[in-house]
Formats: sequence, structure tokens, C-alpha cells
Amino acid sequence: MALSWRELPIGTIITKPGSAREFKTGDWRSQRPIWDPEKCIHCLICFIYCPDSAIKVSGKGKMTGIDLDYCKGCGICEEECSKQAIHMEMEKR
Amino acid sequence: MPIRALTGNEAMAEAMRQINPDVVAAYPITPATEIVQLFASFVADGLVDTEFVPAESEHSAIAACAGASSAGARVMTSTSSQGLALMHEILYIVAGLRAPIVICGVNRSLSSPINIHCDHSDTMGSREAGWIQIFAEDAQDAYDSTIQAIRISEEVLLPVIVSTDAFIISHSMQRVDMLEDNEVQKFIGPHRYPYSLFEKTITIGPLDLQDYFFEHKRQQIEAMWKSSPIIEKVTQEFAHRFGRTYGFLESYRLEDAEQVLIACGSTCGTARVAIDNLREKGIKVGLLKLRIMRPFPHLKLLNLLCHSDPDPFACHSERSEESHRTAQGRFCEGEESHIKLINVLDRSVTMSTMGGPVYVELRSALYDAPERPLLVDYIYGLGGRDIDVEQIIDVGLKGEQIIKKNKVEKPVDYIGLRE
Repeated sequence: MALSWRELPIGTIITKPGSAREFKTGDWRSQRPIWDPEKCIHCLICFIYCPDSAIKVSGKGKMTGIDLDYCKGCGICEEECSKQAIHMEMEKR
Repeated sequence: MPIRALTGNEAMAEAMRQINPDVVAAYPITPATEIVQLFASFVADGLVDTEFVPAESEHSAIAACAGASSAGARVMTSTSSQGLALMHEILYIVAGLRAPIVICGVNRSLSSPINIHCDHSDTMGSREAGWIQIFAEDAQDAYDSTIQAIRISEEVLLPVIVSTDAFIISHSMQRVDMLEDNEVQKFIGPHRYPYSLFEKTITIGPLDLQDYFFEHKRQQIEAMWKSSPIIEKVTQEFAHRFGRTYGFLESYRLEDAEQVLIACGSTCGTARVAIDNLREKGIKVGLLKLRIMRPFPHLKLLNLLCHSDPDPFACHSERSEESHRTAQGRFCEGEESHIKLINVLDRSVTMSTMGGPVYVELRSALYDAPERPLLVDYIYGLGGRDIDVEQIIDVGLKGEQIIKKNKVEKPVDYIGLRE
């Protein structure tokens, strides 16, 4: 829940580290990446290029999907994927 | 207490030496150069413990100050005119970060045309940056206000600019009653800042979008509200300890005045002489010196000039009840004001075509008064154009005619301009 001006620390100071996690930037998205696990070879090029760390990877180093809470829909993953395993679709609201 | 003959710049540099800030980052500019130059010699002579950063521009100087202040240091700098204008971007950042930085400023006109002499365009031009602004009348005022500014700034957590008038004060030698070094240290106390980069993990200056920016700005407005009683407290404590009294507004022969002159800075001294002259002619004139421009003392002005209450803006403050009480204590209810005309002396202009900043804000402050006095703005002294006693006497004489007609024909007029 957003804090009122009376409750906030002054001077835009953030007193707890890691609060960027609470800032869900996924709702900025106008296009959504669709991942095709059939075509994916788990090269993780998309993971390296993603500016929002929104590519989900398992402990075994396999891609498991896209974190839509943070994906801003920039389409870099689609551009970089050599197997066309990701394509962008317009968000429907 | 040592009595010295000091220029305004020397007085401010001496105050800085006695404050002994942790960091001073600065860039020289006429006519404030001397403040930094003298302070640099104090650093070189080992008279202060300050980390001195000679920056490559005023923008960098104030940016370095912002960083040092965020790290928990007591920080000061000095500038004027184009330098203050170059700092403009960071002035807002400093205020937004609530960094208690103090600037020893010197009021000088802004280019173009280029000019190094006094007017208030630079300081008035940054009046919405979120800094508390103190206009000093003389070297003593500059010295005392600089020392008070440290306390005010650190208690309110807003930056403060104390400014003198270019050359008229900055380079004129006057008697200054200095305090002992240890008295200054005792008065300002240890540096207070609730956040420091070295104490706990914090983030300073993050992106603040639609969801929180508004709340943070509201906090700054509240801090400005709360600064008023703190400024009063600090000046009262200063008066109690050292015997020199300062206020938001200082009045001279105002008791039965029909006309009031309002001015900032060095012109107040000239105005006092003119008022004595006018009084001898039987013209009832008084002076109201506006020492603090931010926060603008609208409630105090309303009380003093119109005997009006309550403050229409008080409901916007957390302190509304308290300010209400203060207001009621200041005047007798129902008493009619003897003030018929206010002459504002503005040493800068707004380009609104509605006169100078003091006039515009005073006019707005008086809007809710049940009975408003007549109001005239006189723009004077731009680019250092002299103002003398005779010219201010003329203002008083003209005022008599305005009162007689009960009508202001020229709401914005000029003094010393070739028509």
C-alpha cells in the first residue's frame, strides 16, 4: 500500500534496500513476449540481453519463462533469439 | 567579544571559519570571490579542518556539496549571480534531498546585459528552488545570519541561502561585533542529519514517479511551514545569548505610520535616514524590512499591515492551530489599521508585467484582508543603479499625494530610471 506524505521518509530517502522489487514495471508493457519451449535451445542469449532481468531461469540453467511483473515489452529478446523461440504480441487490455 | 572592521565578504568568511564546516566546495565569482578566497587561506593556514574542493564550475561545486551533505557532512559554499544561476538545477536537487547546505550569497544582477553590480535578480530568481532565503542588511547581519543559518538549516532539514548586496555590503567595511570561536561552536552544536551513507544502507536520489513524487513535494512544503517557528526559535536564542535581535520582518517608526516602505537588504539603511527626514516634515512614514523571503511571512505581513486574522493559508499546514494562536496574540481584534499606503521597493523584476517579486507576493498575501491599504511598487537599483536618500524621500512625498487622492494611478513605478 502506498504511503502518505506523513508516513514517508523525507528527502526521497529509501531506508530499506531491495525495494525496487516492489516496483512492478510490467504494466508499462504494450507488447508481450510469447515463448515457445519447443523451439528454445536454452542458449540464454535472451537472459543476457534482457535489461530487466525478466527471463526466468531454473537452477539447472534452463529457461523456464518470462517474468511479466517486470518485463517492459521492449522486444530485445525477440530480436536476439536465433531460433525464433520468442515473438511479440500486442497486449490486450 | 572582538570588534572588527570587516567587509561583508570578510564577515561571511569569518563566520565560515568559526563554523568550521566539514566540506566547502566552491568556484569563484565576482563579487563573492573573496569569501571563498579568504576561506581557502584559512584552510591553507590550518585554521579550519575543512575538506576544500576547488571545483571547475558552480554546477560542480554545489553538486559536490550535495554529495558531501548526503554523506553526513556539514557543508557550505558561496556564490553570486551567474554562479547561482548555473547552480539552479542542483539547488532544487539539494532542497529535494533535504540536504542542510548553507550558501553565503552575494546579490548581483543576471546577464544579459552583463553587469557585476547589485540587484536581487539572482537570488529572487531562485526563490522557488526550496531554499530558505535570508537577505542581510549589513555586514553584521550577514555574519550573524550565517551562524544562525547553520542551526536553522539542520533543524528544518532545508538548505539556506544568506545573501548580502553586491559591493554595497560585500565590499564595504563596517563594524562587526564578532563572537568568540567557542561561542559559535556552542551555538551551532554538532552537525545533525538523520541519514548518513556511512551509518546504514540507504538509497539517496532514486527515481520518484507518479506514485510518490507528489508526496515528497508536499513534505517540502510542510518543512517550509515548520521552518517559521524554528527560525523564530533560533533567532530568539541568538538574541538571548548574544544580544542582537533579528526577525522575519523588522520595523522602524511603524507605530503610527500612514505610509510603509518595504525593502530587502542594504536599502533599508538608506530608507531609515529618509524616514527620519520625512518625519521631520511631519509625514508619518515607517519601514518594514523584509529579512526572510522564503518562507514568505504572509501571516506576519497580514497582521502587521492590515491587522487581519486569521491566516487564509493556515489550513494547509499541520501547524494551523498553533499559527492561529500566534496570530491572535499579535494584535488587538477590531483595531483599525493606521496604514493607508504601502510602498514596496523591489530591486528585481518579474517579467509578469505586474512588478517585482516582493510586490507581487505582498499583494497576494493581502488579498484576504478585510481592508486593504493602497499599494505601489517601485522598481529601483537594477544593475547597481544607486538609490539615495532624496529618492526615497520623493517616494514618501508622492505617497502623500496618493493618500490624498486615495487612488493609485501608477501601480508599478521606477526610481532613478531615465524616462
